Amino acid sequence: MSKLYSGAEIVFKCMEDQNVDHIFGYPGGAVLPIYDELQNFKSIKHVLVRHEQGAGHAAEGYARSSGKPGVILVTSGPGATNVVTALTDAYMDSIPLVCISGQVPTHLIGTDAFQECDTTGITRPCTKHNWLVKDINDLASTIHKAFEVATTGRPGPVLVDIPKDIQFQKTKYNRPKKEKKLNGKSHNHFNQNSIDELIELMSKSSKPIFYTGGGVINSGPKASELLRELVYATGFPITSTLQGLGSFPGDDNQFLGMLGMHGTYEANNAMHDCDLMINIGARFDDRITGKIDEFSPKSKKVHIDIDPSSINKNVKVDLAIVGDVKTVLSSTLKSLKQKKSKFLKSNKQKTSKWWEKIQKWRSVRSLDYIGSEDTIKPQYAIERLYELTKDKDSYITTEVGQHQMWAAQHYKFNKPNRWMTSGGLGTMGYGLPAAVGVQVAHPKKLVIDIAGEASVLMTIQEMSTAVQYNLPIKIFILNNQYMGMVRQWQELLHDKNYSESYTAALPDFVKLAEAYNCIGIRAKTPEELDDKIIEMLNTDRPVIFDCMVDKVENCFPMIPSGKPHNQMILGPKDQESKKITGKGKSLV
Amino acid sequence: MPNSKSAYSFSNKKEKFDTHIIVVWVDNEAGVLARVVGLFSGRGYNIESLAVAQVDEKLKISRITIVTTGTPQVVNQIKLQLRKLVPVHKVADFKREDKAVIFKEMALFKIVGPNNKLESALKACKKYNPVLLDKTKKSNVIQITALRREIDKMSKDLKKFGLVSVSRTGAVAMTRGAEIFK
Repeated sequence: MSKLYSGAEIVFKCMEDQNVDHIFGYPGGAVLPIYDELQNFKSIKHVLVRHEQGAGHAAEGYARSSGKPGVILVTSGPGATNVVTALTDAYMDSIPLVCISGQVPTHLIGTDAFQECDTTGITRPCTKHNWLVKDINDLASTIHKAFEVATTGRPGPVLVDIPKDIQFQKTKYNRPKKEKKLNGKSHNHFNQNSIDELIELMSKSSKPIFYTGGGVINSGPKASELLRELVYATGFPITSTLQGLGSFPGDDNQFLGMLGMHGTYEANNAMHDCDLMINIGARFDDRITGKIDEFSPKSKKVHIDIDPSSINKNVKVDLAIVGDVKTVLSSTLKSLKQKKSKFLKSNKQKTSKWWEKIQKWRSVRSLDYIGSEDTIKPQYAIERLYELTKDKDSYITTEVGQHQMWAAQHYKFNKPNRWMTSGGLGTMGYGLPAAVGVQVAHPKKLVIDIAGEASVLMTIQEMSTAVQYNLPIKIFILNNQYMGMVRQWQELLHDKNYSESYTAALPDFVKLAEAYNCIGIRAKTPEELDDKIIEMLNTDRPVIFDCMVDKVENCFPMIPSGKPHNQMILGPKDQESKKITGKGKSLV
Repeated sequence: MPNSKSAYSFSNKKEKFDTHIIVVWVDNEAGVLARVVGLFSGRGYNIESLAVAQVDEKLKISRITIVTTGTPQVVNQIKLQLRKLVPVHKVADFKREDKAVIFKEMALFKIVGPNNKLESALKACKKYNPVLLDKTKKSNVIQITALRREIDKMSKDLKKFGLVSVSRTGAVAMTRGAEIFK
């Protein structure tokens, strides 16, 4: 007779078979049996966070930077509710997470027991699927299924809720079935005709553009390689969403920069004026499209996405290819080579006028800002950070707000999985714990959280985690004492009524670093910035870097309220000449 | 909304709403109805009526029939979003006008009154296969099967004969002929 294992042991047996090496968690009453078994499974390292939301974001950072699912272990009640923000964040940005939560014993469910909550009910809308395991014999198969659901198709978070009595009960353990059953939820149903049609559209187009997103990253590093090959083989311009940064080299001439609300002038105008838009793994989010009725009015639109429900959700497209980016791109390249081997040459002439137009938009230099010798401009800080770190293989996370957009605009990414930011949900407090997760996955690499002082305070307690595990993350705070993006909107759209966007009693971040037993560095002038950044980079311990920046700098360019792509507000120079009032808010 | 200050755009377009009957085959497991219904409420879709029961005891499959209204784009999203749910096996969609499909609802009417009124009530139901489920000196319980609007009409018409209580199901659907839902 085969050996009997307790539910708690089975949790870890499953993780071993799923090649889990790190879990992020926080113990509590309803998961004590699982924590009791932890020491018997040496291949699985537990990272103790300081708040369950931190566990969730750390697991997200781990997953995004490694391509493996992030695993979370939390207790019932508040443990589970605290992780909801991170699950929702992962759901919006399609990040594979497996969350194991404890639950009160089965006979107490529904009695309002201590630390009981309807965890599967609460997390139903923010997970791909969730399970309450009421029978020990279902436990192993449920956990294996959970990993499968999280990682196949469009990835996302799942949750397995395990009552405490189930953790004690014993049963046999079954290893996962080898065959990858996809339950019909993973889609690679495109056929050669669609690929041929795509190539036909590409060869006819004289104003094409690739618009790429997080789907390319999620499809794995190979997808980014294929994307580069396709972009070089066609000579087309390419722009990327916030989540797609890194899938194509940020310093390449064919790259127009990020598009959308704070995207570049050339990217947004090219999106508006193109005659062929090839969307690869992006989802026509409202921050991308601007006013939907006037979104790219003259173009044929192609949408490549693994999730059929993304097709025609916000924007109607002319050709939909439902499939994994990697598979679709490799078919496209194969057909392109067979049918149009001289595509690049024949196409160069056709798109030469288009490129001229793009160069004209480029010459506007929409990311320029007015420099200063007295105060550190936030854009300057990012530029210097990039220049001083670009030779290292660095990983960047961010919080949410102005600093996030400046990082996206001024830090150039050349590889996928190097850029971790909360896009869909826009979760302030994401970056610090995400950096913890990234550093756990890549102990030797440079990991920087580009932060705002308001965001970082939401999860600052995770500095303690970083110190405990000797994770030398660098928290680079662009400190302007305001919730900068809120302040910017209030200035531009709410008549400068700066309602509650100023933080009057900020902590001294250098002293705070000392309190956490890590290193605090402050930079006040542009003059000392480089030296201070170098000091930070030479410190092999966690650092909180308090970069005192211009308090009232705004993030430009910007597509204002409900405007289409070709009506952007450019930087301060443009404003001075146009006085942004009423209709003058728009440029074109 | 003339001067929206938010970056979210406001849509002024008025699109035509169609009534659709969506049929969903799901694993009959805990919480499955909540998943389906939660998807509708969470994404702001309408549910006009809902009927659900297990139809295959061995495979533990339930069939959910939902009557909904929406623009073509919304109805398409409903179908695609439903198909993403893990316990969902297949989804079928019909327009209410579809002649190839039978839609039926059932209603129970309780009539209380003198004998002549009870008889008039039963007579009024004649077109809709009335079944007299319960009869006392003072009351009747009548079952009819009909379309939604027919039952709406009967619930109004029977008032004068002493209708005191109505209980009705959501619509269920079945294709005509030898065809089955794909």
